Amino acid sequence: MELVDSMLAGNEQSLARLITLVEREAFEVPEIMSRIYPSLGKAYSVGFTGPPGGGKSSLVDRLTAVIRGKGFSVGIIACDPSSPFSGGAVLGDRIRMQQHYLDKGVFIRSLATRDSRGGLSRAARGALKLMDAFGKDFVLVETVGVGQTELDIVDAADTTVVVLVPEAGDAIQTMKAGLLEIADIFVVNKADREGADSLVSELEKMLHQSPKQEWWDVPAMTTQAVNDIGTEELYQNIVSHREALEQTGRLALHRQRQRKGEFIQTIQHRLMARIMKLVETDGSMMASLEDVEKGKTDPYSASMEILTNKTLLHNWLAELEREN
Amino acid sequence: MAEEKKIRVLMAKPGLDGHDRGARVLTLGLRDEGMEVIYTGLRQSPEMIVQAAVQEDVDVVGLSCLSGAHKTLFPSVVEQLKSKGVEDVLIVGGGIIPKEDISFLKEKGINAIFGPGTSIKEIANYLKENVKRS
Ligand SMILES: Nc1nc2c(ncn2[C@@H]2O[C@H](COP(=O)(O)OP(=O)(O)O)[C@@H](O)[C@H]2O)c(=O)[nH]1
Ligand SMILES: [Mg+2]
Repeated sequence: MELVDSMLAGNEQSLARLITLVEREAFEVPEIMSRIYPSLGKAYSVGFTGPPGGGKSSLVDRLTAVIRGKGFSVGIIACDPSSPFSGGAVLGDRIRMQQHYLDKGVFIRSLATRDSRGGLSRAARGALKLMDAFGKDFVLVETVGVGQTELDIVDAADTTVVVLVPEAGDAIQTMKAGLLEIADIFVVNKADREGADSLVSELEKMLHQSPKQEWWDVPAMTTQAVNDIGTEELYQNIVSHREALEQTGRLALHRQRQRKGEFIQTIQHRLMARIMKLVETDGSMMASLEDVEKGKTDPYSASMEILTNKTLLHNWLAELEREN
Repeated sequence: MAEEKKIRVLMAKPGLDGHDRGARVLTLGLRDEGMEVIYTGLRQSPEMIVQAAVQEDVDVVGLSCLSGAHKTLFPSVVEQLKSKGVEDVLIVGGGIIPKEDISFLKEKGINAIFGPGTSIKEIANYLKENVKRS
């Protein structure tokens, strides 16, 4: 693929087009991914999650400046929600990152959540790989808020930063478990406001109560993204977490697990997509789907019917062969 | 299972004027028309706009200018996109553009100019009918 070659040779426009193909789940995606595979694994990725308005984009902007100052290149993937009504979206994270627009060492891409069926996490993971293959030293991924998609996305990152604000104390109680599980670093941003220190102590208390991992003490720290306070410390914490992952062999394990997951998910996703397409274009299958909807047939026997339908499986194989 | 094509728009404000109410209203309006609108903020140089358009791989670049500098800023965006080999992006402009400048801008490669009275629906329809990429 010419596009992949020119991307690997450093062409930004090709990188951008490839991300679009991944985002659209175009049929070329498996080929693209296998072509870039030998170039993967060099970038270090950091995920940022936390409630909207907490300052994730601002922090990513400041951290990018710190990382650039160390001489490393940066890719940024910024996610924003799609409107459930129109399917459109306003992607506004870039506004906070204007200082980097003309820096050749920074590539920023905004993604909308689009459908809720895991599309964004697939797109974000794909974009992350493309930026890795492109040669970015760090890839920073900003998610929309806190939810299942976010968990899927940050699971693809090497280090996960959970960004909170001083007023988040009550919210924390309710999402305690989930947050503790995913956070490698807690940041209480907007520390220029009242209550940041007490939230940090609350977090620390929580962290001490939970069964502690011996290899990494999750830090809770404060930042003021608008005043560029705490960003160097945040970078140092990320570096320390990376060292801990590397020294304990966990980074390699993490990536092993990811490759396995991707393998299985890709098969699942592609199989599903193909079978559903066949079902949708088959009159009798649609009829049995309608029976399920109306409650005439139960979902289980109907799905067994599909899974054991020889003609369907036959057509499906034929289609596979035609595509390959 | 490929996604239906979403139109991606870069909404940019070149020049030094500090008002982006119009651009913001249009951003929300186009979102409601099902488009993904990347808003880049005030006071963008043509270089910044072009860089963002390339990275975001947009179908449309919307330029809004109230300062009167459109005659240099808009063509500069077109030129720089061309020099990067980006030829399949629809470039449209708005803001306060005197009627007598419109044909000049179109000659310079701006695909359409929308005056202050244009409805969002009208703009959205134009974009939907004229995006160059499939
Ligand atoms: N007071 C204060 N405001 C901040 C700070 N960091 C970010 N903000 C503001 O919080 C708002 C949301 O920031 P943004 O980075 O877009 O948050 P995101 O939605 O999590 O990406 C913006 O108006 C920022 O200027 C901070 O440290 N202190
Ligand atoms: Mg943001």
